[in-house]
Amino acid sequence: MIGSPAYRARHHPAYWAFLVHRLSGLVLTLFLPLHFLVLGQALRGEAALDGLLRWTDNLPLKAAETLLVTTAAAHLAGGLRLLLLEGFAWRGPRKDLAALAAGVSLAVALLFALAVF
Amino acid sequence: MGVTAGESSAQEAMLDVRVWHGAEHGEFRHYQVPRRDSQTVLDVVTYIQRHLDPALSYRFACRVGMCGSCAMTVNGVARWTCRSHVDQVTADGRLEIAPLAHLPVVRDLVTDMRPFFDKWARAKGRFQGATTRSDPVARVPPDTPERRAVDAAIECIGCGVCYAACDVVGWRPEYLGPAALNRAWTLVNDVRDVSRLERLRAVAAEGGCLSCHSHTSCSERCPKKIAPTAGISGLKRACARAALGGEL
Repeated sequence: MIGSPAYRARHHPAYWAFLVHRLSGLVLTLFLPLHFLVLGQALRGEAALDGLLRWTDNLPLKAAETLLVTTAAAHLAGGLRLLLLEGFAWRGPRKDLAALAAGVSLAVALLFALAVF
Repeated sequence: MGVTAGESSAQEAMLDVRVWHGAEHGEFRHYQVPRRDSQTVLDVVTYIQRHLDPALSYRFACRVGMCGSCAMTVNGVARWTCRSHVDQVTADGRLEIAPLAHLPVVRDLVTDMRPFFDKWARAKGRFQGATTRSDPVARVPPDTPERRAVDAAIECIGCGVCYAACDVVGWRPEYLGPAALNRAWTLVNDVRDVSRLERLRAVAAEGGCLSCHSHTSCSERCPKKIAPTAGISGLKRACARAALGGEL
């Protein structure tokens, strides 16, 4: 809860970066079966896959897709941040890497939204 | 239980302070403490002990940020109290002071630091040289990468703030924690030390550096501005290199 001692103890950019990375990973894991289900339609032929893809061609699902791509971008950028933190020598709190990861995720989200809408 | 200082005047600005009483089980007690200029959290606790509640137990020694004995949880955040000014930690005049997390509570604000320092021993935190006092003093160039890595990590005062701030310590009690691993990192980079491999084996074992999730709460909260996460990452790389070289 915001304002609680437990919240205040963890309220710093790197912890938010950890939470985003962990939660985006969980969301992507939950989406994966759905992804395979859609791709699996191709086994039934081209028409089945195209039919399902046409069904997804509407505003709410495009918005959900944009959120999903943003989640994937956040997870990728967060993972690269961790690789940099653990792979190379550094000093200081390196909040710049968390800011950079957030910026990359936002840029990907905007670019995808521009392409889709 | 509410206690008010008898000598404070009605016009005086007061702090509303809640302080933990008891051990693992206990309660927060309320106190009203006069607000002072440049007042530290340790000043507040000392005022309570000297004027309001002589039975309050807490620990301090140097009062100048050297000894590492006065760390407590202040408004939810682990801090050294002797150099944490009240105006840095509260905007509304409310303070909640509790013992450090992840350590057994002896009484009130005093924690048992044995688990913390036992882990320094488990991480092989003792220097092991190969020379005697009769040998010449070792010359270590100050601009080598190893010496610079030691410089960045050596000023630890053993206050336990990083240990209390680390979520992984709370999740996995066997985890060595940031301070012990930071100590191991300084010795891994000490060119005079001869037990490097033994130390890498100790920190690569279950509950060692590989358990760190790089939350960097330790680096965020360290009052000496050390970044134990950087040292732990260095240990991970050193362990990986040793494993690839067939040493681990």
